Amino acid sequence: MRTGAELDVVELAAGIVLAGAVLALWRKDLRALISVLSLQGAALATVAAVLAVHDGDAGLGVVAGVVLLAKGLVIPGLLARVVRADPGSRETAPLVNVPASLITAAVLVVVSYLVAGHLTALFPGPLTRLAPLGLATVLVGFFVLVTRRKAVSQIVGLLLVDNGVALVAFLLTAGVPLLVELGASLDVLLVVVVLQVLATSMRARFGHIDLDQLRELHD
Amino acid sequence: MLLVAIVCVPLGAGAFAAMVPWGRVIGWAMAVADATVLGLAIVLAVQTDRHQVAGGLDGVLRADALSAFMAVVIGAVSLLASIQSVRYLEAEIARGEHSARHASLYSLLVQVFVACMLAAVLSANLGALWVAVEATTIATTFLVGHRRTDKALEASWKYVLICSVGIALAFLGTVLVYFAALHVPGHPTGASVLDWTSLMHDSHRLDPGVVRLAMALLVLGYGTKVGLAPMHSWLPDAHSQAPAPVSALMSGVLLTVAFYALLRFKAVADGALGPEFTRTLLVIVGLASLLVAASLLLTQRDVKRMLAYHSIEHMGLIALGAAAGTTLAIAAVLLHILGHGLAKAVLFLASGEILLVEGTTEIDKIPALLARRPLLGGIFGFGLVALLGLPPFSLFVSELNMIRGELAVGLGWAAGLSLVAMAVIFAAVMAHSRHLLLGGRVASSSATSRLVGIPLVGGLVACAAFGLSAWPLQPLLDAAARVVVR
Repeated sequence: MRTGAELDVVELAAGIVLAGAVLALWRKDLRALISVLSLQGAALATVAAVLAVHDGDAGLGVVAGVVLLAKGLVIPGLLARVVRADPGSRETAPLVNVPASLITAAVLVVVSYLVAGHLTALFPGPLTRLAPLGLATVLVGFFVLVTRRKAVSQIVGLLLVDNGVALVAFLLTAGVPLLVELGASLDVLLVVVVLQVLATSMRARFGHIDLDQLRELHD
Repeated sequence: MLLVAIVCVPLGAGAFAAMVPWGRVIGWAMAVADATVLGLAIVLAVQTDRHQVAGGLDGVLRADALSAFMAVVIGAVSLLASIQSVRYLEAEIARGEHSARHASLYSLLVQVFVACMLAAVLSANLGALWVAVEATTIATTFLVGHRRTDKALEASWKYVLICSVGIALAFLGTVLVYFAALHVPGHPTGASVLDWTSLMHDSHRLDPGVVRLAMALLVLGYGTKVGLAPMHSWLPDAHSQAPAPVSALMSGVLLTVAFYALLRFKAVADGALGPEFTRTLLVIVGLASLLVAASLLLTQRDVKRMLAYHSIEHMGLIALGAAAGTTLAIAAVLLHILGHGLAKAVLFLASGEILLVEGTTEIDKIPALLARRPLLGGIFGFGLVALLGLPPFSLFVSELNMIRGELAVGLGWAAGLSLVAMAVIFAAVMAHSRHLLLGGRVASSSATSRLVGIPLVGGLVACAAFGLSAWPLQPLLDAAARVVVR
């Protein structure tokens, strides 16, 4: 089995991913959120790298590099460009206030541990035990998505969901097949590019990117 | 070889369109490419008819009767859409809304979109299937926003954000299936763990607890792309704001390509869990979608939004049919996928023509279409008749058989509820379309371009023909249904 030091590093990195998600609920400064995402990306890459070294899996090593590049550098860079173009960039009015959000996050973590019982039952390893951290990140990301109204905060929510899924994938299966893993990383990168272009043109057109004020399409 | 050709023809056509300045000839070249896809897909369907399986690209691509059937539907709808695209782009360029470069980009994206859908139904691996479905979101975002209005921008934002979240959940579901398959002793390892054949072979040995969690995520995730409630909210916006040929493709085939993914996973999950669990999930989302469609159709004031809610209704019906899961019901689901694809494509394309000649798609502002523009009004009227599930169109037959399937497995109560929802929708659509088709008096009538008339009438005739006799299709439908029914 894996050595203690390797396991420590993976546990720390997985913890950082979830802590980042909770931090995203708490901080309103959008620039801080972007640093959080960058840190999460680096933590995910670390998990993949440790597993790659342990298993001697070159493909997973490539994935670790791609994750570091995409989630650690390029995506936060793209988001930073959106925020720089929008000076008053704070999440002013989330639909749920911070204390309530943090309590919700605690509940979501408990839910993830309950749901993950099936996973640990199938394969009770030290890495499977960490999977609930990824599931909780997914749920917190979902919560961010439905309660935040700024375009950038919504992208952050989407990326939290995505990082949570990636963490679960690394922990449970040391990554899905290389083709799929690379396809997934490329897809999320392209989605962020698309969202960045849309956010930029929304700013140019409406002068803001506050989605609460877009109310033309509704029933 | 055939499979590679089917995916590469639209890709090549798109690349060609991107490199040369757009003109009418290029538009027609795209239509020829899509006609080629349709032809090749029919050849494939004939080949795979009797449980034969075609492979390609070193095992990455694979086709059985189900994939071949879906490829035929994609080919047919994209042929209709690309013919109408010529007219859409010419009109936009003439109005000065778009440059020729935009038209080239449009052609490229539409062909990439079609190629992604084909890759999705032809991929051997359920992970690669996910990548292809996700890629359709990226290819279509700028198409939804192609008209570059405020509303189109807002619609594309909602579309890409909601669908990306949905598809991320589907990825988590796929990862869990992979996890379950990895821990089956003797299951192939490496890249082929998620291969359809190996998963089906070992499906009864997958861990039920993990598969249950996976299937819930997959229904929610792919269900988002299918437009099933509760994750449907992007659909009316995206379908109403996209250019008509894109709406036709998105509503006519993209929704059902995502449903195809669910059918595949359902077969795997049924092996591990028995049919009850997935059935319950599909009944819940199916009935919720019917409820949403019935309650919101009543208040629609716009033709394209009306059609969009209609799509949610039909996806709900398909979900109920799949929940029944007998060979009869699945064959009916597939026939419904074809019939809905053709009828919905015709209606969206007709609504694009209405927007072009009338300048609006608001129902109140376009009365008496049948008297003023007999051909266009007639197409629209017959399209609605088809979509409401009246004979002779194939949707009547498929709805009947889906209900028979539901009765056979004790889902009679759900079938009853779906009939109530369909009755409400019938009344709502009648009320809306009576004004649109008949209302008010008019003096003169004007003709409709043959370029519009011929393909749309052709689509409706095909839909009616399959309703009167499913003869050329029935063996294929049965073979395709048996792929996912045990």
